[in-house]
Amino acid sequence: MTPLHTALLVAAALFAIGLAGALTRRNAIVVLMGIELMLSAANLNFIAFWRYGPDPARLDGVLFAVFAIGVAAAEAAVGLALVIAVHRRLRTTQVDEVNQLRG
Amino acid sequence: MVEAADQVFVALKQTAVGWFPAAGQPWVSALLTVAAILVVFPLLFALTTVVERKLLGRIQNRYGPNRVGPWGFLQFAADGIKSLTKEDVVPAAADRVVHFLAPLAMLVPVVLAFAVLPVGRNMVACDLDVGVLFFFAVGAGSELAVFMAGWSSRNKYALLGAMRAIAQMISYEVPLILSSLGVIVVVGSLSPVAIVEAQNQYTGWVPHWHVFTPWGLAAFLVFVIAAAAESNRSPFDLPEGESELVAGYFTEYSGFKFAIFFLAEYLGMFAIAGMGITLFLGGWTAPASFLTWVPSWCWFFLKLGVWVLVLIWVRGTVPRLRVDQLMNLAWKFLLPLAFAAFVAAGLWLFLPTATVRWGIAALLVAVPYVLLARGLTGAARRGKRVYRWAE
Amino acid sequence: MNAAWVILGLLTLAGAVCAMSLRNLVHCLLCLMASFLGLAGLYLALSATFVALTQVLVYLGAVSILIVFAILLTRGGATLGSGLTGTMSWTAGIGTALLVLGGLAGVVIWGPIAPTDAASDPTVRAIGERLMTAYVLPLEAMALLLTGALIGAVILAMPDREAAATRPEVREPPMANAGKPSVPGKDERGGEA
Repeated sequence: MTPLHTALLVAAALFAIGLAGALTRRNAIVVLMGIELMLSAANLNFIAFWRYGPDPARLDGVLFAVFAIGVAAAEAAVGLALVIAVHRRLRTTQVDEVNQLRG
Repeated sequence: MVEAADQVFVALKQTAVGWFPAAGQPWVSALLTVAAILVVFPLLFALTTVVERKLLGRIQNRYGPNRVGPWGFLQFAADGIKSLTKEDVVPAAADRVVHFLAPLAMLVPVVLAFAVLPVGRNMVACDLDVGVLFFFAVGAGSELAVFMAGWSSRNKYALLGAMRAIAQMISYEVPLILSSLGVIVVVGSLSPVAIVEAQNQYTGWVPHWHVFTPWGLAAFLVFVIAAAAESNRSPFDLPEGESELVAGYFTEYSGFKFAIFFLAEYLGMFAIAGMGITLFLGGWTAPASFLTWVPSWCWFFLKLGVWVLVLIWVRGTVPRLRVDQLMNLAWKFLLPLAFAAFVAAGLWLFLPTATVRWGIAALLVAVPYVLLARGLTGAARRGKRVYRWAE
Repeated sequence: MNAAWVILGLLTLAGAVCAMSLRNLVHCLLCLMASFLGLAGLYLALSATFVALTQVLVYLGAVSILIVFAILLTRGGATLGSGLTGTMSWTAGIGTALLVLGGLAGVVIWGPIAPTDAASDPTVRAIGERLMTAYVLPLEAMALLLTGALIGAVILAMPDREAAATRPEVREPPMANAGKPSVPGKDERGGEA
């Protein structure tokens, strides 16, 4: 059980927890939090593989993680703006009540 | 002799660390550094509270506190004892865990920020390669604590104050970081030690401080205003204005927790001032080449004292800004000016060392400043001012 | 594996579990931020200082405030973070997550993963050089993405102008004492009548 395996297992557990939250919770904001957790788990994977992988001088993992953090922030902003817009229209943040297009 | 005075604290620490066995020396060294920070800056905080009250009093044509100790200078001790012995009232509807953790969450990032400030030659707690990024990262951590304080009190005024404080802090964080980017680009490093070393040169007797360059002056102005706003200092203290919101986000805190918030606010002021001094005012370097015999830590604390005195002066003089004026200032004035300073700094780096780069940098900074100032006041819209006299 | 790894890993996972299971939205947020703090610590343990500080700056400094404002702007409608759904989809969700965990853990434990230990903490200069040479296109794309996200978020969250304009005008009843002097004998401005 090298540190790499530990980090990868922590990342896998974090991903699973985020997935569980995103699939089971009804509040849209908590679903977004779960998505953020999944993104962070993938980031941890990248950093772990950069650290213990071949050719770390190329800094691929580090830069990918930095870009992923930036993209996650942008996606959180847009996602939360969507939640606010939906709340303004339908007065609810529960994901199963946004079902007006259901056929 | 001069060298010894300059390095006296470093030498003291090394002798103290030498008394311990080799296995424990790194721990003792770290502990002594942390203890030094935790002793010096709260003492400075205590002194500042008294000096501020007396200075504000003098500005307002009254004496400040003058009962406790010689000329009132032991007032901080009286205040401290009062805060510690006051009853700790927690509202019944408050969220107890978050209410308890908020002062801690406010204090810890602020104290962490002191770790990267070079207080003197060879006197930095943690010589990080990414020191400036570390400083801004922990500064951002204290915003969540403000929200925790306002939310957990279950008090509309506290929440309103917290929201205003957070909006203000995030708005002014952007020009704060942008203004420091110019310095980082010119120096080529994120380490505060390297930034101070880059300013440690003299042409004639003038030092190469970044504030003496055109882009540096503009960036320094942006930094000073943004720093005052980040620490909720007047004229940006709408979130905690007594006449507006009782006490803002720490309305429901009493006794020791309030003292911790107060301490965190002032320590935050010192930390940002310290970073501004490091970036623009040459850190621990002397202002003239014939003054380098004064110890480096003396210069740092002198500059810190001047910064704090100017802030106190501004607090007593300038009226408070409204929320929309505050936001306009941040987004429509400071942010474009910070961008202009950044571009000027970039050009400064690549133009030949002559009057060319001074002229171009000055132009690149002065023209946006004038245009933005005109655009912001709206004087052009309103026309000439008409006075009405009461009958 | 030293104590730092254990503590940081526990902090991360415990924070994540609490974030996904608490009822109060603000408590969820605070636990999520604790989890991200633990994650930043893990990055530090993996010698990626720059990424750790960027994580703290972006997530704890900015994304947390975003979520705070979203929580505060969407109150008063539905109940605050009313826990989990009915049993059927709850078990399906947890089951899927456990399946995914099993798959990933299986790959990690029994897969052909051979670590080397050649990395050191990269200097900011090295990161900058890679950003400006090999990764300059992703950098510019990120800039465009962030600009687009900024504008998009503002437009999405802006209240509808048309809805405010078409609301029927409310006419206030005229004030009873308008035009009459407040002190008899003097005109409106207090001068001599």
